[in-house]
Amino acid sequence: MIKAILIFNNHGKPRMSKFYEHYTEDTEQQIIRETFHLVSKRDENICNFLEGGLLIGGSDNKLIYRHYATLYFVFCVDSSESELGILDLIQVFVETLDKCFENVCELDLIFHVDKVHNILAEMVMGGMVLETNMSEIITQVEAQGKMEKSEAGIAGAPARAVSAVKNMNLPEMPKNINIGDISIKVPNLPSFK
Amino acid sequence: MALKIVKGSIDRMFDKNLQDLVRGIRNHKEDEAKYISTCIDEIKQELKQDNIAVKANAVCKLTYLQMLGYDVSWAAFNIVEVMSSSKFTYKRIGYLAASQCFHEGTDVIMLTTNQIRKDLSSPNQYDTGVALTGLSCFVTPDLARDLANDIMTLMSHTKPYIRKKAVLIMYKVFLKYPESLRPAFPRLKEKLEDPDPGVQSAAVNVICELARRNPKNYLSLAPLFFKLMTSSTNNWVLIKIIKLFGALTPLEPRLGKKLIEPLTNLIHSTSAMSLLYECVNTVIAVLISLSSGMPNHSASIQLCVQKLRILIEDSDQNLKYLGLLAMSKILKTHPKSVQSHKDLILQCLDDKDESIRLRALDLLYGMVSKKNLMEIVKKLMLHVDKAEGTTYRDELLTKIIDICSQSNFQYITNFEWYISILVELTRLEGTRHGHLIASQMLDVAIRVKAIRGFAVAQMATLLDNAHLLTGNTQRNGICEVLYAAAWICGEFSEHLEDPMQTLEAMLRPKVATLPGHIQAVYVQNAAKLFATVLRKHDGETESQAAQETSQLLIDRLPLFVQSANLEVQERASCILQLVKYIQKLQQKNVEVAEEVTALFAGELNPVAPKAQKKVPIPEGLDLDAWINEPPSGSESEDEKPKAVFAKEEPKHSRSRHTEVDEKELARRREVRKQEQASNPFYIKASPSSQKVYDAPGVEHIPVVQIDLSVPLKVPGMPMSDQYLKLEEERRQKEKAERKKKEKKKKREKRGKERKADSGPESEEDITPAHQVDIVTEEMPENALPSDDDDKDPNDPHKALDIDLDKPLADSDKLPVRTHRPEVLKSPAEDRDGESVPQETKKKSGKEKKKDKEKDRKVRCRRIQKKMLCSIETRLNQLSWFPVQKSSKHKKKKQKKEKEEKEKKKKKRHHHHHQHHGDAGGEDSVQNGTVEEEEPLPPMSNYSLLAENSYIKMVYDIQGNHQDESKVVVSVIFENKSDSFLKAMEFNVLDSLNSKLQRPEGAGAHDSLTVPFQLPPGVSNEARFVFSVQSIVMPQKLKGTLTFIVKSDESSTHEKLDFKLHFTCTSYLITTPCYSDAYAKLLESGDLKGSSLRLEGINMPFHHLLARICFHHHFSVVERIDSCASMYSRSIQGHHVCLLVKTTVSIDAKCDEPSLLGNVLDEIKQTFSKC
Repeated sequence: MIKAILIFNNHGKPRMSKFYEHYTEDTEQQIIRETFHLVSKRDENICNFLEGGLLIGGSDNKLIYRHYATLYFVFCVDSSESELGILDLIQVFVETLDKCFENVCELDLIFHVDKVHNILAEMVMGGMVLETNMSEIITQVEAQGKMEKSEAGIAGAPARAVSAVKNMNLPEMPKNINIGDISIKVPNLPSFK
Repeated sequence: MALKIVKGSIDRMFDKNLQDLVRGIRNHKEDEAKYISTCIDEIKQELKQDNIAVKANAVCKLTYLQMLGYDVSWAAFNIVEVMSSSKFTYKRIGYLAASQCFHEGTDVIMLTTNQIRKDLSSPNQYDTGVALTGLSCFVTPDLARDLANDIMTLMSHTKPYIRKKAVLIMYKVFLKYPESLRPAFPRLKEKLEDPDPGVQSAAVNVICELARRNPKNYLSLAPLFFKLMTSSTNNWVLIKIIKLFGALTPLEPRLGKKLIEPLTNLIHSTSAMSLLYECVNTVIAVLISLSSGMPNHSASIQLCVQKLRILIEDSDQNLKYLGLLAMSKILKTHPKSVQSHKDLILQCLDDKDESIRLRALDLLYGMVSKKNLMEIVKKLMLHVDKAEGTTYRDELLTKIIDICSQSNFQYITNFEWYISILVELTRLEGTRHGHLIASQMLDVAIRVKAIRGFAVAQMATLLDNAHLLTGNTQRNGICEVLYAAAWICGEFSEHLEDPMQTLEAMLRPKVATLPGHIQAVYVQNAAKLFATVLRKHDGETESQAAQETSQLLIDRLPLFVQSANLEVQERASCILQLVKYIQKLQQKNVEVAEEVTALFAGELNPVAPKAQKKVPIPEGLDLDAWINEPPSGSESEDEKPKAVFAKEEPKHSRSRHTEVDEKELARRREVRKQEQASNPFYIKASPSSQKVYDAPGVEHIPVVQIDLSVPLKVPGMPMSDQYLKLEEERRQKEKAERKKKEKKKKREKRGKERKADSGPESEEDITPAHQVDIVTEEMPENALPSDDDDKDPNDPHKALDIDLDKPLADSDKLPVRTHRPEVLKSPAEDRDGESVPQETKKKSGKEKKKDKEKDRKVRCRRIQKKMLCSIETRLNQLSWFPVQKSSKHKKKKQKKEKEEKEKKKKKRHHHHHQHHGDAGGEDSVQNGTVEEEEPLPPMSNYSLLAENSYIKMVYDIQGNHQDESKVVVSVIFENKSDSFLKAMEFNVLDSLNSKLQRPEGAGAHDSLTVPFQLPPGVSNEARFVFSVQSIVMPQKLKGTLTFIVKSDESSTHEKLDFKLHFTCTSYLITTPCYSDAYAKLLESGDLKGSSLRLEGINMPFHHLLARICFHHHFSVVERIDSCASMYSRSIQGHHVCLLVKTTVSIDAKCDEPSLLGNVLDEIKQTFSKC
């Protein structure tokens, strides 16, 4: 079981948090802080597993994370999950984000956290892995996107226009989540495809 | 209309959306909290508006704020509103918000039941999907119970997208509602072989989760999984299955044997590291489970170790880490195969990654042997010196101590070496583990008698150099060591070379800066040392030294008497007085040494940590009984020491200060010893246990002389290294000796002894340098066996420990609430608080639970009512059935009826809302949507009415509670064409007996307009009321539907004929009946009997009952083992009673024989169809 999925940036700001067990908001924040503290002090090229987040679950749990440019993707899982499998899953997740957002960067996650949730919902459900096939995930996400668009229909157009205008003067942020240059070593990614 | 929408959206687009909120927060970095609080105010305003789009936008923003740590539970009700929007876009926002912030304590959750049920059966797969996803996050026991059946139906949905989600969520349902596991399991098992890989994977996932907690219940699935493992190519599934096998093999070794081969093949063939790794892991698990009985699978072990070596040598840190992790599992059972890779593991100690170093340390723990312990520890000591960061160094320190002390110091051949290691460790700066080192020192000094001399010498040096340890107050963790040092020096002071010097060291003024408990030990042990000094100088008349010692104490102790620490103060002043008194005696030239020594006589033995817990309560000891009754006369064993005193000097002993002479003291000591011997609470060296532990006996052991010519401290070289060298030399020498000499008796003896304690290790060449007597920790006699139960009683998985192989029993049924067979209590019985006599205890327990449930429902109804008014209008879509819009006046009437019913309900207590769901579809329309009304279960009673290329009509007939002559025909019209269907008119040719109810003023042959139009592909339902006079016979009515087909080019009139079949069943209404009322009814003799035998039925009994309930509107009154009594009532009040037996014979009774005959015929027909 996956206990929680957290995305935060290099400064520990949460960009998405999904807990599959209930915690109060305060505890959730504490968990995010603690996890950030554990993860951020680790060097780049050391292993991606960490034992002992104190707040979530106990000794059975592991933190498995990947660091992409400015973002940390952390999965808190128990012993029933395969460590390397989860690493691959994170990779699939990020690649899916990359496809859905077209060159994903931190800004996309900041402004469209709901979309990130929706993508995640097609991969993990209630703490269990639902789908690992990227094209299947993207198909479902896109189909739902289409439905949304068709519902907004004509009425949605002006709102979209306004938001496009609003987005024009966004502060410049480095568009650098680009997973291409990070060259992640995924030992067995082809197996999922 | 469209214009209005556009206008609305223009208004809206200047509302703040999620992006604006995020942008705003980013622009207000300084006063973020203030900005957010204004935003929350805005959101609150938006939530008050009626526009669902505005609300959804607000909820979307709240979801974001929730992530930032703001509590948004106050908006829970608005979230429910958004969830119930008909638009997917908003629904999704609502469900997302709910999944982020709903939990079991959220009270509005119970309002969602019907909404979720509706979404689950939505024709749009994404509505269903979104509902399932949301539900997976906030499912509660109530939701699980109420929706289990719906979700189970979805497991066989046509779309794999829904199937896989439904399968996955079942795990959550099982957790919350364990009763659902057995009924749902067969279908779950079925899904293991689903054609869609995603569904299959989900099923594997769920079963693996279940099996992980309670593996023994899933052993029977092993063949199926085995098949899957050999056939599947999906790595994710394979990993899960292989992990599952890892959990199963310990329970079934035969499975393990079968697994080895395919797993080995996989290991050889796969390129996926994750799969390889899991295979290796499971092979290890198999080997562990086999290791007991089977001949060795050395080839497999070799393969595993070899593959792991490849992982560890990989440059990828993750693989390295996992390799070490798996290696440690092999280590437990096959240490030798791992030990050959010592080089690699020691290499990992140098890794830059701390997690890897820690893993390697774990491995070292299991790899040590007598042979290599010193070498490994030496390496670790080097690391201790190099290590940066106290955490890692502390970890190293504990590991060194763990490694050395494991299994009762099994691997230590030279304790002098170990003591020196410990002493070296004390030089670590800033460690937190001073107490650990201290306890090791104490442990060794107490338990290894032969080493005491050496230990005392080392400790004395430590005490002498105490300033090195305490120099920095920051490092006071390490000064714990002084506690041990002082105690060892004091307790075993007879070994001290120069007790005077140590005593002096212990009484330095600087000691006063140490923590209180250490000072206390110092003071106490100073007294012990004092006794030793006195004894040393015993016999010398007017010993200068002895008097100097007394003077030293008298000079120094006042410092401690002033201590702020009570313990120190008290001990110091006692001892000070004692010393002063002794000094007086010394001046009178009295021999005191013996007596002072006697103060500290006696041997201390180590005690097992659990010893106290394990002392059995002596027979007849009642800890709750009065201690003082009967008073003082009795000798409670607890009060032995007191009792001794009282026995000797009855009554006056306390008032008299007698000077005790030596004889007296000796006598007392003797008495005390005897008392102690018979006192089970006094921990002593019992002769029996001594025999066991000290088998070789200290005296018989040839102790190799310590070569003290080697200086203890070699400049520039840690002294423990000396031992390493010495050890090597010694071993070589011994080897040589052994070659020369024949084995002598002693040696033989030693060999035997060694074999006994070193186990099967092949280390014959190593003999311990000091044959040491390791005193095992003492346990009280007849200690209780361990009763530690580690299982957490609150583990939710405990409830899922259910035997799944047993055939489903009648009780294993998911609650289809409409037809839930249950024994109802009559109100009278309720009052008496008696349970139905036939019921077993278990059942009554269940009943109680149900009562509770009902209580809860009553409570939740209250809340619902409160909210009802506010949301009725908005949440119309929540209702399960499309609203019949045609009859406004009727609605009013029905409202009245509803009120009446409400009153009736009060009279009839609270059982019924569960029952009219099926017959009262119409009620649920007006009942306002959120009522917990029963929708039709997905298996439906609707049958085909008529069909052509344009339209399809299905219908169902149900009796009407309120009117004994009316039935309602619900017809679902489905547009099958690509054209628009409109102006539909429904007409029936009335018969004498049955007539279509037409609006007032309409002619008897006028048709009724269907109150809607049908766009292409859409279906909708309309209801028509018929009045009937006689209900004892089934009947058919001819009718016609006319409609206009409007396509782009043309519009045509079409007509469709149909025949409405009024069965006798359709006149029956599901009515609950109390078992006692039922009995009375049968006794009354008004009913006429008939019976029926069903042939060739091979469905489970409860299915049979469910079918009768469902298709023929019966309810189960009571079920006892193999038969069930059922009841139904016609709209005109005829009672119909059935007694159904598992032999599928039905005995029936009714007050109207022809009605009964027809009903039975229909039942027969129902079952002949299936």
